[in-house]
Amino acid sequence: MADDSVIQGTLDMLILKTLSLEPMHGFGIARRVEQISRGVFKVNPGSLLTALQRLERAGWLDAEWRQTENSRRARYYTLTREGRKQLEIQTADWTRRAAAIARLLNADG
Amino acid sequence: MALRVWRTIVRGTRALIAPGSADADADDEIRHFLDESAADLESRGVSAADARRAARAAWGHPVAMREQVRSSGWEHVAAAAAADVRHGIRRLRRAPGFTIVAISTLALGIGASTAIFSAINPILIASLPYPEPHRVVTVLENGRAGLGTFAMARTLAPRTGVFEAVAVARRWVPAVTGDPPERLEGQRVSATYFAILGVAPAIGRGFTADEDRAGGAQVTVLSDALWRRRFAADPSIVGRTIRLNDTPYTVIGVMPAGFENLAAPAAEIWTSLQYDTALPINGREWGHHLATVARLARGITIDAASRDADAAGREMIAQRRPDEYDPQTRFSVEPLQRTLVRGVQPVLLAIAGAVLLVLVIACVNVTSLLLARGAQRRGEFALRAALGAGRGRLVRQMLTESVLLAAMGGAAGVAFAAAAVRGLVAIAPAGLPRAGAIHVDGQVLAFALVTAALVGLAFGLLPALDAAGVDPHRDLQDASHRSTSGHGRMRRALVVAEVALALVLLVGAGLLLRSVTGLLSVPAGFDASHLLTLQVQLSGHRFDAPRVGTAFFRQALDAVRSVPGVAAAGTTSQLPLSGDRDEYGARFPEEQGQRAGVFGVFRYAVSPGYFEAAGIPIRRGRAVDDRDRAGEPLAAVISASLASARFGAGDPIGRQLRIGPAGPYTIVGVAGDVRQVSLASTDAFAVYINDEQSWFPDRVMSFVVRTHGSPAAMAGAIRAAVWSVDKDQPIARVATMADLLTASAAERRFAMIVFEAFALASLLLAAIGIYGILAGGVSERTREIGVRAALGATRAQIVGLVARQGLVLTVAGVVIGLVAAAFAGRALTTLLFGITPLDPLTYASVVALLAGVALLACALPAWRAARVDPALTLRAE
Repeated sequence: MADDSVIQGTLDMLILKTLSLEPMHGFGIARRVEQISRGVFKVNPGSLLTALQRLERAGWLDAEWRQTENSRRARYYTLTREGRKQLEIQTADWTRRAAAIARLLNADG
Repeated sequence: MALRVWRTIVRGTRALIAPGSADADADDEIRHFLDESAADLESRGVSAADARRAARAAWGHPVAMREQVRSSGWEHVAAAAAADVRHGIRRLRRAPGFTIVAISTLALGIGASTAIFSAINPILIASLPYPEPHRVVTVLENGRAGLGTFAMARTLAPRTGVFEAVAVARRWVPAVTGDPPERLEGQRVSATYFAILGVAPAIGRGFTADEDRAGGAQVTVLSDALWRRRFAADPSIVGRTIRLNDTPYTVIGVMPAGFENLAAPAAEIWTSLQYDTALPINGREWGHHLATVARLARGITIDAASRDADAAGREMIAQRRPDEYDPQTRFSVEPLQRTLVRGVQPVLLAIAGAVLLVLVIACVNVTSLLLARGAQRRGEFALRAALGAGRGRLVRQMLTESVLLAAMGGAAGVAFAAAAVRGLVAIAPAGLPRAGAIHVDGQVLAFALVTAALVGLAFGLLPALDAAGVDPHRDLQDASHRSTSGHGRMRRALVVAEVALALVLLVGAGLLLRSVTGLLSVPAGFDASHLLTLQVQLSGHRFDAPRVGTAFFRQALDAVRSVPGVAAAGTTSQLPLSGDRDEYGARFPEEQGQRAGVFGVFRYAVSPGYFEAAGIPIRRGRAVDDRDRAGEPLAAVISASLASARFGAGDPIGRQLRIGPAGPYTIVGVAGDVRQVSLASTDAFAVYINDEQSWFPDRVMSFVVRTHGSPAAMAGAIRAAVWSVDKDQPIARVATMADLLTASAAERRFAMIVFEAFALASLLLAAIGIYGILAGGVSERTREIGVRAALGATRAQIVGLVARQGLVLTVAGVVIGLVAAAFAGRALTTLLFGITPLDPLTYASVVALLAGVALLACALPAWRAARVDPALTLRAE
């Protein structure tokens, strides 16, 4: 069952974070996100590849084709310096907002 | 940031140009994803085939995913738009009749609006072509723009806190000798005149204050056009001496080519005013004959300047007490632009209103056409919707077609406007300010663009929304286009609106037509047929001696009379309907029980034979003739209206009057009234004297020559006759009286021609509208008509059915239009002559004309309806 339960607007951040560790292809990113979130977030390829195209055009990722074993090709994405900066910005922003929501939810009186 | 823009453009463009390879890339990436997904499942123990199936099931079809990825870039929107445009063009090409009518209609509306805008822009909207034009002002007396005095200008000049500079200008028409001798149109100006306008000479310099004193050096500045025309653009012109009015002048400068002298557009030569700055009381420095312009100091408002001018002016009057000023005079200041456009503003605004109506009618027509076409395409849209086209996509497609139509209509409109602008300039009345600046330029093109865009949206939106509101289920089944009640009503409403608007324009055109014909049929008081006029100005110092000038004019008159083909000739100091305006006070003494009286009269110094040549009837006594020479008893002829105003029914012959410092003149005759200022003006108090008995010699005289044949053809021979007496005297203003008469109504004629053009266009469009809706109705109701015919309806009854529908629409439009016209007609009040805006004859004629045209428009569809063969239509069901 395709489930785009990734929270709106955070897909970019998750992609950047995943690629901050090492260059990866599309499925690799999806698998890593699914693994680390313990199955909470499943990314469908349509949204993922759309986001990757957008991030690449924004200059936050670089992309290159590599040959795979069965002589097909796969597209590998790398984080750029600008992308790394974006990741920091978006992470800080997200953390701030999440803390605020947590405070609001915990406020009893 | 720059990288982002660069990549976006490059990637998107690559995808646009080579969509196949972009698809392939996306496919590869998706396939790789699915492969890896399947491999991942396999590694957890699922069989290869199941893994593949599971991957597919989990994520969806590859092609759908590829579409999702590919449609997220900007290039997708661009490609869709391009596809819309291509499709739109194809559709329009397949309906050439509709396309041509729509584009022609739009071209007419957009083109006419653009042409009128190009005329209005330089006059009413754009600022004057001077630096900081809002600071250039004129000085008014008692709120009326007019000519001022040198004294007032000198009074304001020192107040530099308020007025940076003040200048005056008067007309100067110097004669130059040559072959032929010529009169140049020019001005005498203060030294600061050019500085106030903010334009400096392109070559040389302007006038200095030193040259602007009485007795100062005789220097002159030329216009660029004059420099090129008469001096062959001589680069060493500065310092040359030229003879003007038989006096040497030194050329000190040439104005730049683009200089627009708005206060006197025809002026091409300037010299210093050289009035006496000591302001001798009751000298010409106190006469109201100078155009006054000033440049406000920075930061001074119009109101502040007005108050200051008023204070200064009243103080001047209180201190110096000149005869020429009413002690109650109030002074004020207004922007030069307002002064220039004041007279012409009502005409231009009326024409702007008219062209707006034409534009609205054009839009209404095209909207109606599009609605009709939309009705025919219901099936197509239903099919598209069933295939998955979203409502937004359908609307976008219809809008694209409308935009295409508007774009093509706009382009055609600009071409039409370019031609129309040339026509406008050709018929423009002589007094139209900035007529030279009327052309198609960047601002005009921008206006055309914006108009086309707005028009496209206006007529495109309605049919687009209407077409997109399809119900696939209902409309796919309904193949016979029967259910059109919804926008049939809309179309009918549009046609009614068209008829109403057309009626308003027709009423405007009709009112103006009646005004102009009424004006031109006013009896001018003289016989204007076969009459040639020309003006001769004495040039040369030999005419400074007394009576030399008069003798020359007599000799020239004799020479003209001896030209074969000339029936009669005479001279006059003031020519009716030529723009001349020479007025004096005529004073009648107290006698025979009547008190003394003063009347403002036109002064005519004429030769014997003038009345006969001009065809002015003598009602009592005699005309001015050879008995009235210098030294003989002073004689005068007065006009009939002056006679009855002063003497009532009594006999004026033998009574006396004074005019100017001379007199008393004895009245020897009463002449018929003559229209001097315009055909509409009834001021006709006049005093005629023999030019030999005038208290000052006239240096400019107009010849009136009655010819046997065509007066225009005799112009050359008559000029030659004058030059045979003295070849150095410039002759100007050669025109037949008929031309002068027409020119005197120029402004109204201009409005009339424009309104007529618009009214005819709108009539045509309304007729097309009526025809269109009826024809559409007939083709939609073919089956119904067939049934009726089969059931026994006669041809006449069917014709009546169709015609009645058309007439109902027409009557509705006429009623609404009459009400609208009654209101709108008031905008034309200043242009009308002899009739009110509610003139019944005009309204009746217009309604009859519209009814006739509507009937014609109904005739063709009605005839076609009558020829419907019931057998054919019923079988074709």
